[in-house]
Amino acid sequence: MRLNLSARKTLCLARISKNLLSSLSLAFACFFDLRSSKIEGSQATARQTAELLRSVISQQRVPYTNQAGALIDAVRAVGEQLIAANPVELAVGNIVRRVLHIIREEDLSLTTAAIAGLNLSAASDGDDDDDGERDEHSVLSAAAVAASARNALRPPSLQTLLEDMPESVAIPHTSSSGGDSEGKSKSADKSSRTRRLKHDVIEAVNELIQDINTCHEQIAEQAVEHIHQNEVILTLGGSKTVLEFLYAAKEKKRSFRVFVAEGAPRYQGHLLAKELVTRGLHTTLITDSAVFAIISRVNMVIVGAHAVMANGGVIVPVGLNMVALAAQKHAVPFVVLAGSHKLCPLYPHNPEVLLNELRSPSELLDFGEFSDCLDFGSGIGSPLLHVVNPAFDYVPPKLVSLFITDTGGHNPSYMYRLIADYYSADDLVVRRRVALGN
Amino acid sequence: MPPQRKGAAARVSEDTEDLTRHPLQAILLADSFATKFRPITLERPKVLLPLVNVPMIDYTLAWLESAGVEEVFVFCCAHSKQVIEYLEKSEWFSQPNFSVVTIESHNSVSAGDALRLIYERNVINGDFVLISGDTVSNMSLTQVIQEHKERRKKDSNAVMTMVIKQSKPSPITHQSRLGTDELFLAIDPQTKQLLFYEEKTDSYRGIIPLDNALLGDNPSICLHNDKQDCYIDICSQEVLSLFTDNFDYQHLRRHFVKGLLVDDIMGYKIFTHEIHSSYAARIDNYRSYDTISKDIIQRWTYPFVPDVMFSGNSATHLEREGMYRASEIEQSRSAHIGPFTVIGKGTKIGNNSNISNSVIGKGCSIGSNVSITGSYIWDSVTIEDGCDIRHAIICDGVVIKSGAVLEPGVVLSFKVVIGQQCIVPSYSKVSLYQQPTVEDSDEELEYADNSSGTVDSSITCTVDTLNREMMSETPASQLGPGGVGHVWSICEGAHEEEWRHSVAPIPADKLAEVIQSLEDDLELLNLDGNAHSVSGELKSGRNGTDSEDDDVEDSRDDSIIYEKEVEATFLRAVNENIKVPDVILEMNSLRLSYNMTSADCAGAIFYAMMKQALEIPHATAGELRKSAASIIDAWNKLLKFYSKEIDDQIEVIMKFEEMCLESVKGVLTTFFPDFASFI
Repeated sequence: MRLNLSARKTLCLARISKNLLSSLSLAFACFFDLRSSKIEGSQATARQTAELLRSVISQQRVPYTNQAGALIDAVRAVGEQLIAANPVELAVGNIVRRVLHIIREEDLSLTTAAIAGLNLSAASDGDDDDDGERDEHSVLSAAAVAASARNALRPPSLQTLLEDMPESVAIPHTSSSGGDSEGKSKSADKSSRTRRLKHDVIEAVNELIQDINTCHEQIAEQAVEHIHQNEVILTLGGSKTVLEFLYAAKEKKRSFRVFVAEGAPRYQGHLLAKELVTRGLHTTLITDSAVFAIISRVNMVIVGAHAVMANGGVIVPVGLNMVALAAQKHAVPFVVLAGSHKLCPLYPHNPEVLLNELRSPSELLDFGEFSDCLDFGSGIGSPLLHVVNPAFDYVPPKLVSLFITDTGGHNPSYMYRLIADYYSADDLVVRRRVALGN
Repeated sequence: MPPQRKGAAARVSEDTEDLTRHPLQAILLADSFATKFRPITLERPKVLLPLVNVPMIDYTLAWLESAGVEEVFVFCCAHSKQVIEYLEKSEWFSQPNFSVVTIESHNSVSAGDALRLIYERNVINGDFVLISGDTVSNMSLTQVIQEHKERRKKDSNAVMTMVIKQSKPSPITHQSRLGTDELFLAIDPQTKQLLFYEEKTDSYRGIIPLDNALLGDNPSICLHNDKQDCYIDICSQEVLSLFTDNFDYQHLRRHFVKGLLVDDIMGYKIFTHEIHSSYAARIDNYRSYDTISKDIIQRWTYPFVPDVMFSGNSATHLEREGMYRASEIEQSRSAHIGPFTVIGKGTKIGNNSNISNSVIGKGCSIGSNVSITGSYIWDSVTIEDGCDIRHAIICDGVVIKSGAVLEPGVVLSFKVVIGQQCIVPSYSKVSLYQQPTVEDSDEELEYADNSSGTVDSSITCTVDTLNREMMSETPASQLGPGGVGHVWSICEGAHEEEWRHSVAPIPADKLAEVIQSLEDDLELLNLDGNAHSVSGELKSGRNGTDSEDDDVEDSRDDSIIYEKEVEATFLRAVNENIKVPDVILEMNSLRLSYNMTSADCAGAIFYAMMKQALEIPHATAGELRKSAASIIDAWNKLLKFYSKEIDDQIEVIMKFEEMCLESVKGVLTTFFPDFASFI
């Protein structure tokens, strides 16, 4: 359905985006890096995606009418390819949707501001309107202007989201009809508006990039509220966010112990343990299978996430579901750290979501030693040995005690609200427009 | 060598910047210069054959791109137009930081020619990766290139680094997983220098001859038979000029590597780099096509697997038990698709069909009650109801009419039609093209097909007329009613080997045969002393550093042959009445050529004499004694010549004893006194 459409469209889309980006060698390079999944880690991927989309926006020529629509189309065309290129990395889709949302928001705030200006000028010109109505208009527009001013700086509130719905379609018409009466003076105003929309969007994307860059610090700032003196913390595998979080608590003179489960088969726990020790934390390294034995001594489990789904479930490195179940059994809080770029507006039961990725069996066993088990020349010709190496686990929301994002701590059941603040409902399916067009 | 000097000068001046200054280059040979994939390669170059629904060259290019190679020279020879056309259509020409340049040639017949041509073009200006377009890998090149460069700094003669990987050969058939012959390598464990390279064919029977100097010159060597040559080489510029200097070098391994190893005048050295966690393999024959396809499906080549889009491949979903499905598949509810199967886009599968362990391409239509096992079905293939297909390769556009049966190992080339109820026997190859009648056996070249390759862009339009011709020509009995195509006859001798290189697993009876012959061999070896333990050790031995035993075995072998030779010479001398001095001359030359002592000589001659005596028909012991005495008398001089020393005489007596033991004892012992008198 969605996938096959992408396959059919890939070629022509590639051509479209090439025309789009023909002058952008740098952006292209990172585009291909994203495609070939060279970049590891969702933070880096998210940042790269945002940077790429920023350059797409700045290169896009905007028509006089429906500028927001043109920008959205351009971002969508590129975003769709990015998502198809690496469907496992949900952060790419998240950022594409965030940028689409930003464009909508900026467009909305500009048009509301323009209407406000129009209304004000109309009100000052013609005295026919009765005072009450005029007051109402000005009050409303002032509110809108204030809202837009806020929007430019930080993610929009629920209020603007609710207002958003009807206007995105209706507003270009009103502005153009308004332009008829005003004549030449309006067109000059419009071109400035064009530039302003693009400018504002780029500003907002810059902030998004800034947010992604600083999400570790934002999360780490909250560490002291959660980690207390003489506690024992358990984590599995390696995560930059967890590292910064633990270090921030140590910085604030908290003394505590950390148990690190090694996180087979990639053993990123080893790296984390090393890093923790160099930063002066008391660290104990254990095998993954020792987690249940050790969990009764643990005060809190703190882990990083690959993605947070709309229902509050998390996609985490493999082995953590077991840890979460052990934690539940012993009533140990299971805390997930996630930057806001990891919030995914999709639900895990959605067939479009690729929950897992099977990695190479060579991470588990040595090809040479087992090559005689993989000799297809003799026997029935089909392999008897099958090695499964999944990269992720899904932890259902009921096992998660708390999410700590860059905006603070949240309950799993609150995740959908957070997501509604960051994403526009129209963008949940990035590819929908193409499907209809097809 | 001007380029070498220039390179050296550059290295001195920008010692540290060397890595950054030269873009990493690669030479990709888009031609295998072999005929192992015939008849398919008559119509399409090997590098464009789909491997799990993606052309082989895409795997190679995607890997080179991900490994940080910046400039690739694709050398096209056979069907060069098709390769270039494909590359133009694909995205490879428009990648940033990755340039693909094609070099076209029409008269190259080997890898050696290709490299000579590239040398003439003068496009390589540093170390480069030499690879053929049928290699699948996911290894990282940084480490091996680093090692290569460091070695070059210390020793400018280290011209090449070869990538190897551990992979155990089958203990029964001695062929590797990839269907190639067992490979023996001798490597210096400290420096990783390659000292010996031998692809073992069956004729060696568990014995590999090693040069004595090899053991003398190196303090320690490691003998391996569990390594696989990945055919990925990091070469210095000198390699190209070496090819130009030695214009008879054709094959990369057989001529170039062995040439460098044997010839120590120039002192060039080859080193090895072993990879452990990453994958690398080259598709050499149908067996390796099968093995590597299965490795890809099992994800050893990650990230170059069907569900990750690394080139123009279409999106594929990985489902449970290693089942890959592309989009738009129409599958009947009652159809059963087993594990480790890949199904391409737009394929239709009918009722009650059963598919397992197979790869099915784009836009195929498969009828009802079809059973497909372990097969590779390419694009747009039509399989009608009730067919049974086991371990076959079926190329684009093939039509298999209802009820046909393909036995294991069948290869159907492009657009072949198999008639109703037809049973295609195992290992048959069917093509629309006639089998070339003249087998140029000494040059196994794909190039020979080039004349047909250049016109085959027009094949699509002429195929109808071609088909009509075929219809009239093809005997209906071979491919059933309505069948189109020529069954290629398998030339004698090759038939024996067919099972080795086929996609089908080795049948049980062949395995039993091989085991039987292996046991015979072992018995044979057991006869000559304790050779068994030695050969066994060599076979299983990963670190069989001692090869003195090998020498012992060799000499034992030699002495048997020598005795036979002496006997034959003696017989000839008796029959043709050759004079004694002449015989001595001949015996001496034999002695020298087999490196024997004169005692051995005397023993052998005496043995021959006695045998001669025994062969003369005799009734009683006395008669035998008389004939023996007469022969000894007649050839007294000869025997005397060799039995001057006491050792020689003892040898003669021992030989006599031996003979007494093995023949009719009573008879011979009667003339023992006589013999004593002769001494």
